[in-house]
Amino acid sequence: MTDLLYSDVEDALRASVRSLLTDRSPASLVLKRVETPDAYDTELWHALASDLGVAGLLIPESLGGAGAGAREAAVVLEELGRAVAPVPYLGSAVVATTALLHCGDTELLRALASGTRTAALVIPFTTPSSSELSRSARSRHVTVDGPTGTTITGNVTSVADALPADVLLVPTADGLFAVDARADGVFVTPVVSLDLTRQLADITFDGAVGRRIATGAAATDAVRAALLAGAALLASEQVGIASWCVDTTVDYFKTRYQFGRLIGSYQALKHRVADMWVDLAQARAVARYAADCLATGSDDTSVAAAVAQAFVGPATVRIAEECLQLHGGIGFTWEHPIHLYLKRAKSDSLAYGTAAIHRAALANLVDLPSPAA
Amino acid sequence: MTSQPGDRASQSADIIDATGIRTRVRDFLKEHDPTAMDRLDFLRARFDAGLAWVHFPIGLGGLGASRALQEAVVDEFATAGAPENNPRRIGIGLGMAAPTILRHGTNEQRLRYLRPLWTGEEVWCQLFSEPGAGSDLAGLATRAIRDGDVWIVNGQKVWTSMAHEAQRAILVARTDPNVPKHQGLTYFLADMTVPGVEVRPLRQITGEAEFNEVFLTDVRIPDSDRLGDVGDGWRVAQTTLMNERVAIGGGAQPREAGMIGILADTWRSRPEVRTHATHDALLQGWVAAEAGRLFGIRLTQQLAAGQPGPEGSASKIIFARLMQQLTGLEIEMLGEQGLRHDDWTMRRAEAVDFLAKSPSYRFLRSKGTSIEGGTSEILRNIIAERVLGLPTEMRVDKDVAWKDIPR
Repeated sequence: MTDLLYSDVEDALRASVRSLLTDRSPASLVLKRVETPDAYDTELWHALASDLGVAGLLIPESLGGAGAGAREAAVVLEELGRAVAPVPYLGSAVVATTALLHCGDTELLRALASGTRTAALVIPFTTPSSSELSRSARSRHVTVDGPTGTTITGNVTSVADALPADVLLVPTADGLFAVDARADGVFVTPVVSLDLTRQLADITFDGAVGRRIATGAAATDAVRAALLAGAALLASEQVGIASWCVDTTVDYFKTRYQFGRLIGSYQALKHRVADMWVDLAQARAVARYAADCLATGSDDTSVAAAVAQAFVGPATVRIAEECLQLHGGIGFTWEHPIHLYLKRAKSDSLAYGTAAIHRAALANLVDLPSPAA
Repeated sequence: MTSQPGDRASQSADIIDATGIRTRVRDFLKEHDPTAMDRLDFLRARFDAGLAWVHFPIGLGGLGASRALQEAVVDEFATAGAPENNPRRIGIGLGMAAPTILRHGTNEQRLRYLRPLWTGEEVWCQLFSEPGAGSDLAGLATRAIRDGDVWIVNGQKVWTSMAHEAQRAILVARTDPNVPKHQGLTYFLADMTVPGVEVRPLRQITGEAEFNEVFLTDVRIPDSDRLGDVGDGWRVAQTTLMNERVAIGGGAQPREAGMIGILADTWRSRPEVRTHATHDALLQGWVAAEAGRLFGIRLTQQLAAGQPGPEGSASKIIFARLMQQLTGLEIEMLGEQGLRHDDWTMRRAEAVDFLAKSPSYRFLRSKGTSIEGGTSEILRNIIAERVLGLPTEMRVDKDVAWKDIPR
């Protein structure tokens, strides 16, 4: 049977990631950083990637990775979500890495495994993992020409984790290209983003020269696998966000007095946090299932990823919204970090497709056809 | 150190794995041909071989093995076509009485009660709730007064399923009205066949009677059938209630088992019910059902690694909400057909099946799921206070003698 618990090794990994984040990236620092030009925390990334070696969890040991898998990466994502850590883990260590693993690009994988470079898949963050829509979106805005057929021109908007990326993986109608982010003709423009801790970028290629790393079906499969991994493991990041919101609300309930009583003693309030906890408990089971399916290459991975995004995304938004409301006025201030979590939760609920898009995907996957069909 | 059957000291069996347990069942089946034996003799032999519930101690129908191995045992017996103990009929005994007797009983009580409970020779019911004590169970008023080696019990219990077929009951009664309510309760293993026990059917919103009212008039219970210490009934009852909530909501189910499977089948086989609005509602229900299912599997895995805790309370909240969401949707999906009920006549319900009969039955029966075994509101209190550690609501009844509480 699928193991939905955490192994001892996974618990140990969680403890070391949490310890690093508590030390290096407390909410107060994250809050300061989001108003500086460097929204991404490069030093934190290097500590995670080099000191803890988590950048290469999905990469085989033969390529310098940890040879672990999606279950372990999911635990890291839970902790990163819990800390709204501004690092490109999801975009680089999960999505771009999965694409490269499918292409078999060993040189880049070695660099990603060591954490010396990061990569981003150049595709709007909202692109769903499974639909015809995503296929057309992949190549719509980017064209390839030039004497060697490697000159790239076009615009892609709302790309996640591209700002700190060294390498851009660009899906086009003529295959998947790797482009140096500092190359001539590459313009990466920061977007003022809803999610302050995962700042998006609009990218323009104006005759940038790339290297083709996959063509035809291999390129399409690589992108699809990358987005599927993104959707499946994003759920674990969302669980991390939700668990911070539940814990923070519970802590507040134990310290805040009104009418001469701790507010956590009021049933009208404690029932709401109990509901948050029940939703979180289900979200955790769903996210663990998606991670385990991905780790084992299960036939059920597409269903698991769609269920994960159809359930965990909206649940996390609901939990973050409740967290804010149950904090009253302090929850509406810039000074309290709740807004960082709400912004991440809402933004994440659109990432790799909304819940409605994933329900529509499920209709096909589990044979519940729409009326028109 | 001497160890008796069922003594905790004798629990430590040799380590058994799934293959080992299957071999044991097959060896047992070689010596006990289920097709040639009397059903009851077979079940008794299975109990005595420790293959009833393998996580129970040796001598009490188990092997002191991991709870996770039970699945393999059930599977092997089912494959062999062996008779079963009709678990639906004896659910209260298996799910609630047994774990409580195991945890709080004397060795004599365990040896006396667990075997006939498991084989189904003795059906159990639960005499807890009263008309005046539902959510506030600890406020119950049924009195037990000691008279030498016997307790004399008077009172009224309600919502007792299987009372009309039960030989035994788990009973909580007030033995001391002069102390605060939680301290004055005692837990008994009552005989339902003795004089003074009157069972009357209680008709419910589906039209039938699945439950009973039980009137207790000068019922005599020997002190040897007291479970736990005098005044310790509330603590003993917690074991029962935790297991009840796990029994109602828990378990590892395959995908589309349960109510969502009925809806999905209707959708697939009857294109005329399909509308766009219903389609998204169905998919939302499917996702919710799958999330609840995965939660149940995860909880089962947690239980296999330890004990049922207050976390089990969540499974009943989830189950109740899901049942109500899906059964309401089914009626809407079916339109005109959803407006027809199967039968309003007063009758005794057979074994309860939330998924049986008509859509209207399922819709109405589901309303009980958020009330029985602890309302969803009480369960939220439990999660908030025992899982999340929040302070309790201000209480006016906690340090007051039970007899002085307004009622």
